[in-house]
Amino acid sequence: MSLELRNITKHFGPVLANNNVSLEIQAGEIHGLLGENGAGKSTLVKILSGFLTSDDGEIELDSNVLHLSSPYDAVNAGIGILHQEPLVFLPFTLVDNFLAGSPKKFKFNRKSVRLAIEQISKEFGFDFDTNSIASELTIGERQQLEISRLLWLGARILILDEPTTAISSNQRIRLFETIKKLADAGMSVIFVSHKLEEIQSICDKVTILRKGELVGTRDLPCDSSELVELMFDKSIGSQLEFNTKTGKSKLVLKNIASRESNSTITNVDCEILEGEIVGIAGLEGAGQRVLLRAIVGLSNCHEGDIEFAGNFITNMPYEKRIKNGFYYLPSDREQEGLISGFTIAEHFALNFANKKKTLNWASIRTYSRLMIEKYSIKGTIDSTPESLSGGNQQRLLLALMPDELSVILMEHPTRGLDMESASWVWEQLLTRTRFGTSIIYSSSDLDELMIYSDRILVCFSGKIVGVVNANQTNTEEIGLMMSGVLS
Amino acid sequence: MSPEILAIIVSYATPLVFAVIGETITEKAGVVNLSLDGSMLLSAMTGFVIGYMTGSLYLAVIAAASIGSIMALTIAFSSIVFRLNQIAVGIVLTLLGTKLAAFLGQDFVRKPGPYVQNLPIPVLEDIPYIGTIIFNQNIMVYSSYLLIIFTFWFIFYTKAGLNLQAIGERPEASFSRGLQVNKLRYLYTGIGGALVGIGGASFSLDVKLGWSDGHVVNFGWISLAIVIFGGWHPIRAAFGCYFFAFLQVFALKLQPILPRLSQVLPIMPFPLMIITLLLINYKTVQNFADKYQFIGNLIKGRAPSAIGTSFWRQ
Amino acid sequence: MIKIDLNIIYYVAALFVAIILVSILLLLFNVPIFETYKLLIIGSVGSIDKLGDTLMIWVPLTLASTSLIMTFKAGLWNIGVEGQIVAGAVATSFVARELHAPTPVLLSAMLIASVLGGALWGGLVGVLKIKGGVNEIFGGLGLDFVATGMIVYLVIGPWSRKGIASTGGTEPFQSTAWFPTLEGMRLSPLSIVIGVVVLIIVIFIFSKTSFGVKLKATGLNPLAAYRLGIPTSRYLFSAFLIGGGIAGLAGLTQAASMHHRLVPAISGGYGFLGILVVLLSGFRPALILPITFLFSMISMGSVQWQLRLGLHSSFGGVFQGILVMTVILLTGYQLYRRRQLNFKSDRNK
Repeated sequence: MSLELRNITKHFGPVLANNNVSLEIQAGEIHGLLGENGAGKSTLVKILSGFLTSDDGEIELDSNVLHLSSPYDAVNAGIGILHQEPLVFLPFTLVDNFLAGSPKKFKFNRKSVRLAIEQISKEFGFDFDTNSIASELTIGERQQLEISRLLWLGARILILDEPTTAISSNQRIRLFETIKKLADAGMSVIFVSHKLEEIQSICDKVTILRKGELVGTRDLPCDSSELVELMFDKSIGSQLEFNTKTGKSKLVLKNIASRESNSTITNVDCEILEGEIVGIAGLEGAGQRVLLRAIVGLSNCHEGDIEFAGNFITNMPYEKRIKNGFYYLPSDREQEGLISGFTIAEHFALNFANKKKTLNWASIRTYSRLMIEKYSIKGTIDSTPESLSGGNQQRLLLALMPDELSVILMEHPTRGLDMESASWVWEQLLTRTRFGTSIIYSSSDLDELMIYSDRILVCFSGKIVGVVNANQTNTEEIGLMMSGVLS
Repeated sequence: MSPEILAIIVSYATPLVFAVIGETITEKAGVVNLSLDGSMLLSAMTGFVIGYMTGSLYLAVIAAASIGSIMALTIAFSSIVFRLNQIAVGIVLTLLGTKLAAFLGQDFVRKPGPYVQNLPIPVLEDIPYIGTIIFNQNIMVYSSYLLIIFTFWFIFYTKAGLNLQAIGERPEASFSRGLQVNKLRYLYTGIGGALVGIGGASFSLDVKLGWSDGHVVNFGWISLAIVIFGGWHPIRAAFGCYFFAFLQVFALKLQPILPRLSQVLPIMPFPLMIITLLLINYKTVQNFADKYQFIGNLIKGRAPSAIGTSFWRQ
Repeated sequence: MIKIDLNIIYYVAALFVAIILVSILLLLFNVPIFETYKLLIIGSVGSIDKLGDTLMIWVPLTLASTSLIMTFKAGLWNIGVEGQIVAGAVATSFVARELHAPTPVLLSAMLIASVLGGALWGGLVGVLKIKGGVNEIFGGLGLDFVATGMIVYLVIGPWSRKGIASTGGTEPFQSTAWFPTLEGMRLSPLSIVIGVVVLIIVIFIFSKTSFGVKLKATGLNPLAAYRLGIPTSRYLFSAFLIGGGIAGLAGLTQAASMHHRLVPAISGGYGFLGILVVLLSGFRPALILPITFLFSMISMGSVQWQLRLGLHSSFGGVFQGILVMTVILLTGYQLYRRRQLNFKSDRNK
């Protein structure tokens, strides 16, 4: 059996998510799909599993061209996908989870399905209580359930989309054993991940995507630094000369640990100085987001202490921290950052609303126009965030930041901005640091981290694996630390 | 409690059974049909009028079912294609349905019309006590028994029923397995609406014969409350219907003795609905229900998670 | 919260369609069309008396609609308005029955009581939602009926007329508890003032105050609002309290100005009609006044329709329902078309 993808291309508006990607897999092969966030992996996989249709290109299974216009077609073709968050029906029993939506040829016979589940469980060493309901299973067990279901349906190609994101290391070991067994039995597996070490440990071959393009295919095992070089852009990052940090301590993190939905961060010890800019590097889900949210108070620290201005603020609620000069800028601009349906003027009005009880719209409008010009936002005071481009949304978010903040926590501050805008943004931020504001930010742009940070914290798998001075490291080293190779 | 009175209770609950089971099906598929009150009035009126004009009870019931279906499908359509809020459309349809029913039915007020004949089942009706209650009824009532049993079997013991639950519970997962979520939503909303319509018909053709202003007396709202109290489970919902009918009849009996209480009893479904909703979130109830599964299914009653939402391909 | 972008053309087109549908109905029932529309205007604003009566309908409808605007802007479906009107009316009646004082004092006390009563009932829905996780639609609906039960109990029980335990209503209030009316009319200027003032206050809240803009933010995107430092739970609860209080005022005017006693149907269906008004207005406070006035005209006109044309009294409701239905559907269609166009242009890039 062989599966071939040829010249797969997909646009989302002006964005080219997949650009002429070609791939070939044989039976029994475990093929990794490696790349940073946004590289195009999930688009490719959605096309292969019928959720999206490509603009161009073909998919051929055993020399038959497949027309996958819906997940139903993919299921019929024997392609099964395990999503990052397994799409199970939580209130249903395991047996019902199998039966729901199954093709006609599977009769409604709970007994035989239960036997099938038990048989598959035994074969792969899963530990289900066949009488339980899906919500009682851990995420790792739900994955096992889904894999079992796809096997039961007769899948010959299994796509695993970032499967290790939310499972424990024990469950991961289990998962990898299962994958090897499946491959030995003739199943083709596509293992999508941004985690280098996992790809190395389980895949036979790996295809690396970067910015929608296929940049290389390698047999494994292979030199990790070669893979890192392919994953990340080559950089010639120059260090910007600035020094805004004073010697004074602003914020001290003592062995803090925090947990939010699927991410954790533990054992963080760090002292941040006044006027310092600290960048956090890491692959998606490595813990940067939880760390930022823990510092600002949106996520609870179940261990450790945070000291600020001489006080322990570990238990201070978010509302109070904002009043004390903390500020948080999330990466999800439309859901958590801006208010869809509110005009730009109304957003600025919210700032005014914090200081006074009534609003003077004339002055709010004037102020808004000023800010639009100052921050070069392509829109009018009556524009709503939905109508702005990503870059302009970011400009608006920055424009909305109050003056005189103590600590700014940002996720991906220049995501979606062109070079010129990005450097202008940093110009604004540096102005603030000159007045003593400290900035802690996460970014996936290694150049940015190198240029604008005093120090860089590198997260990997929920821990800080490196704290380096930006002028004493390079992007290769950071890339390796991010991928868990160095620490 | 004399068997005659219990028989009346069964008879009185029948329109509710149709409406509640119909709405349970619709909500299981993920659609909230808030127009029930208007729907039932309009279909009750239509059923009676068509029955009066044609003399055919069959046509009457079909007409009523069609009206109920159309109302429900309007909501489904607005939600699926226009992505309008189901609640908003439902409320407007309630008012429109109520007023239209009064307006279009004005010439038929208090006219005597056809009604469903009593149809005792030989042999079975002679069973002492139970026979009078259950088997000395009419065809509508017998149909409602069958409906309860059939719906229970359908939802929990067939694949189609499982799929119904799936699309209301997690449309993305259903879609990823190849189910045509929106087509199925149309189907089940149509069926549920038709059942609501039949409920309306069974009211004007059996329980409270004829037509008048405000004929159906809040039965639509009560049905909504019973659907929730019934935990979206056909048997428990049916129990809710019979329980409410019992309260109504009990209140009537109570009137000469305790007039105040008797007037207040009919609103019982609503506080019960609120309590049910509170309990759904309460941890201890959840834990208890998880332990004892069959009873748990009866007690738990979670709303279908994706209820009220529109689904479309990303 | 639904954001309905009212493109004027679609709106006007919807009104046209509505009038056509209504006219078709009239034709089917052999009712002269122009006569109907003429009577609508004559019957509602044709004379001072009639205008007065129209305004008496306008007041509670406006109050109910204003209450709903308050909660809709916060992203809530406050179906419990009917119950809140009842609660306000009950509180009003309690004061009217128990307190004996000169009219200004008595009416002020009744006003305060009605606001508190309505706010309490609204607050209950809020608590159920915020602490109990009970969706405000069903919480509100349930409490509507509980309020009905309460009022029925009072009217045939402790507050029943001597010797008669019927659902007809309580004794009329003492004369000092009646809203003063204009000479020879049923119109009470005080009610109108209350209606107008409350509407202006709410318009002011949303156009000029910090509270208003923060509440709107909460309604549109509670996640982002919270990030920006708005205490969303507190704001939602406030919306319930204020909305409930305003609805309570509708209970006040119904009890003290319209009926002068407590009757079981005191809420008059204004809670539901208000929802239609607000939907028709696209959640814009500025449009409330013209729409409520139009609806009041229709309600008044339907009386004339019954008297002069034999048109069933429910026709007013049919008219109102068709109006809102067509606007909603055409608005939905407009959004649908826009989505289709966006989709096509995305593909062509």
